[in-house]
Amino acid sequence: MTLVWLILIPFIGGLLCWQAERFGDQAPRWIALGTMLLELVMVLGLWVSSDFQLPAEGAASVWTLEWQADWIPRFGIQLHLAIDGLSLLMIALTGLLGAMAVVCSWKEIVRRVGFFHLNLLWILGGVVGVFLAIDLFLFFLFWEMMLVPMYFLIALWGHSGSQGSSRIGAATKFFIYTQASGLLMLIAILGLVFAHHGATGEYTFAYADLLNTPLSETTAWWLMLGFFVAFAVKLPVVPLHGWLPDAHAQAPTAGSVDLAGILLKTAAYGMLRFALPLFPEASQAFAPVAMTLGLIGIFYGAILACGQQDLKRLIAYTSISHMGFVLIGIYAGTELALQGVVALMVAHAFSAAGLFILSGQLYERLHTRDMRQMGGLWGRIRGLPGFALVFVAASLGLPGTANFVGEFMVMFGAFGVAPWVVVIASAGLILAAVYSLFIMQRVYYGPPVEETPLAGLDRRETILLFGIVALVVFFGIYPQPLLDTSAGAMQVVQQSVQQAAVMTGGAQ
Amino acid sequence: MSDVANHGVLTTLLAISPLILVCLTVIVVMLSIAWKRNHALSAILTAVGLNAALLALLFGWTLGSVDVTSVLVVDDLSRFGGVLVLMSTLACVTLAHHYLEGYEGPRDEFYLLLTSAAAGGLVLVSARHMTTLFFGIELLSMPLFGMLAYTFRDRGALESGIKYMVLSAAATAFLLFGMALLYAVTGTLDFAELGAALSARGSDPWLLAGAGLLLVGLAFKLSIVPFHLWTPDVYQGGPGPATTFLATASKVAVFLVLLRLFQSTLAFHENWWHDLLGFIAVITMLVGNLLALTQNDLKRLLGYSSIAHFGYLLVALVVNQGLAVETVGIYLVTYVLTTLGAFGVVTLVSSPYIATGGTADASPLHHYRGLFWRRPYLTAVMTVSMLSLAGIPFTAGFIGKFYIIAVGVEAHRWWLVGSVVVGSAIGLYYYLRVMVTLFLHEPGMQRRDATHDWAERAGGMVVLGVATLVILLGLYPTPMINWVNWVAG
Repeated sequence: MTLVWLILIPFIGGLLCWQAERFGDQAPRWIALGTMLLELVMVLGLWVSSDFQLPAEGAASVWTLEWQADWIPRFGIQLHLAIDGLSLLMIALTGLLGAMAVVCSWKEIVRRVGFFHLNLLWILGGVVGVFLAIDLFLFFLFWEMMLVPMYFLIALWGHSGSQGSSRIGAATKFFIYTQASGLLMLIAILGLVFAHHGATGEYTFAYADLLNTPLSETTAWWLMLGFFVAFAVKLPVVPLHGWLPDAHAQAPTAGSVDLAGILLKTAAYGMLRFALPLFPEASQAFAPVAMTLGLIGIFYGAILACGQQDLKRLIAYTSISHMGFVLIGIYAGTELALQGVVALMVAHAFSAAGLFILSGQLYERLHTRDMRQMGGLWGRIRGLPGFALVFVAASLGLPGTANFVGEFMVMFGAFGVAPWVVVIASAGLILAAVYSLFIMQRVYYGPPVEETPLAGLDRRETILLFGIVALVVFFGIYPQPLLDTSAGAMQVVQQSVQQAAVMTGGAQ
Repeated sequence: MSDVANHGVLTTLLAISPLILVCLTVIVVMLSIAWKRNHALSAILTAVGLNAALLALLFGWTLGSVDVTSVLVVDDLSRFGGVLVLMSTLACVTLAHHYLEGYEGPRDEFYLLLTSAAAGGLVLVSARHMTTLFFGIELLSMPLFGMLAYTFRDRGALESGIKYMVLSAAATAFLLFGMALLYAVTGTLDFAELGAALSARGSDPWLLAGAGLLLVGLAFKLSIVPFHLWTPDVYQGGPGPATTFLATASKVAVFLVLLRLFQSTLAFHENWWHDLLGFIAVITMLVGNLLALTQNDLKRLLGYSSIAHFGYLLVALVVNQGLAVETVGIYLVTYVLTTLGAFGVVTLVSSPYIATGGTADASPLHHYRGLFWRRPYLTAVMTVSMLSLAGIPFTAGFIGKFYIIAVGVEAHRWWLVGSVVVGSAIGLYYYLRVMVTLFLHEPGMQRRDATHDWAERAGGMVVLGVATLVILLGLYPTPMINWVNWVAG
């Protein structure tokens, strides 16, 4: 039941926030914060009390904790939740970033506070559902469901864009991109289910059953593409990234934090959990294409980031660049690279969240996100620029930060499989340094536009930023707890990739 | 006929009792109007009669399939259709009561028309012979002319009524001509016998022409592209309760008779026939969705959206095997519930009726701007309906869409499945636009609101109940699936 509660808590908390609005604006904020902290505590409790080593050969289940109930027997659909090291890390991340999102919008959101937190918490509830569901139908449901509150978050509390692009337009674009690609995944899921039905005569959406569906090569290829496109839109992979810069630029800070910190990770999670293990041979064959797309993403994101005037758009493009590394790591498929992907996902969640929170705080003070109107802020705001320097350093992958660990492991792990890809990708690191320093240069150094000092960081903001910095540095120096937790789950993925490699190798 | 002899008179009467009760209701309401005009009394009598018919229908389920004369058959499918038709009619009665309170002309006759149309729907879902098909369609459509033009001092309503009448007449002409051709070649009008004749000499050009004309006639009623041109105007102009009936009960009944035709009569095995139908399905979804994109009028938008939804439904008919019948059943249930929710809100916001001379209902989208901050629960209903129409998970609409895609994938009709996806993606744009309009907080022009006590009125309760059902069936669709599965099986 713990798993059910993990999903239900944000949903119930959201409803409470909505109703608590009648007791003033503070009530929903505290309730939302309490809800997310409760979620976090539950996950951490689970983390401490569980063992994430792979069970011995032949054990009944690879999951640490499992829960299931019949739901739609007509199609063998079950409410089937399970947790392993990977999902646990992701849910912990969700709880943490959820709490941060609540804190960082404490002063930013002043209108319709209750409804705002309802949407915020429901997104997080949906995300937790995505990380827990191992019935494909249920997974799809959560995958699509989390779009609705995100849509409202952008459309109702977003900022209107600089060049006439409206927040509603951005929200709609986000929704249509993800929903349409999601339907492709639904088709692929159904194709898989019917293939399984054809082979065994029974309907099932259970992950464990579908893993061993016999598929012809072409079918597997098409179904894999269906999954890949859905995840690629969300990751995002160039050329399916069109929604991301707009959505980030228009979203409120909390929306950006959730979007970059967690929603993008659902895509990587989906690839690790579903796309690779369900279609190992097809994925193996597709890996060169995916890695090339990852490379394109790294450079495309970095180059476009250099040319942005809007601070949040810039950070959004850097996300595309970082996700390129994630994609390469996933399709390299060695255990080292996969572990690197996990580390990089966590690290990117922190550094991107930090940067977005900072740009939200700048916006509260300057009422603009246009970098041409910034400059010379180092002397004008107490405290904030120092934190910016840390997150920028993390974003460019400076040793000592968690991002370095992740990127290094991805490159190291992928080198044996695709040396040239790694060689080219490492050139992308230089670009990362360029755009990161651009941020520092344009925003904080240079001649100030005005001399008047701006409000410094208050206690809430300082604690929040300190927390993230501490995590970035801690996991930069000592990433082992992360890696231990996800090791079992990654071994499973790696084994399926390895088997596929052996089989395709044998066929040749 | 030998079939009739198999059942006792009593069984037959019991099986057909819903229809009899509905007709009795018409007579009772008419007499009560003749005796004394009382709006509330008429509405209550109608509701009681329809409820009795619904109960009779549910009790009759134990009888199994009963042939009532050689032209009507009461089986699970027709009872399923009957439940949907009667439920939508009941919803329309409750909505109409509130709506018509503001109308200064005679109000009571609306219930007469509504109930007669419901009787037509009941005949139609039980039809197994061309005569009953024709009779049912006409009995369904004729009262609708009156209902659509009921508030005839509004130009919009009058236009809507006349348009529907003219196009219905055209459709009837097609229908009759088609039947005449079929009869000329085969000498029978019974669905099953026609089916046998068609499969024996399916390539006879006269037979094909007859079947084609028949389909065109039905396609008019279902507003399938290219016979959809009347839909937006009629939807926009008609009074709320009348449009609600048109969008739900009338379409369900016609679609079910089409399904029956496909099962028995039109089950052609040539590929080109399926390809042609598939093509029509594809353009119906695409045209419906594309034309809805630019609408600024909620009722027009819903009209176009209903075109698109019947495009999706056609997928099941094109496949016509495996899950197809179950899909039709599920989709119709979800469609009816969702449409009742959406049109219910429109009608509630437009209630009570206010004469304007133009279009009386609150149909321009800007009327709904910021509705959430004034009527949060009513807006929640509308939001749920829009999400369900768009097929978002945790609403009943998603289960419908899931079935449509499943039936397409099962039959490997990738083009159709692809078009459903494209259609849904386009559709999202306008559903989201409606949704976000409800939540925006900027001064709208000409606001109109539901009355403060909307939720305590029967209409309000029905709408809230419908929205709850949409959510519940989205969360736990098993009862609905079992029911429909049993009907289809």
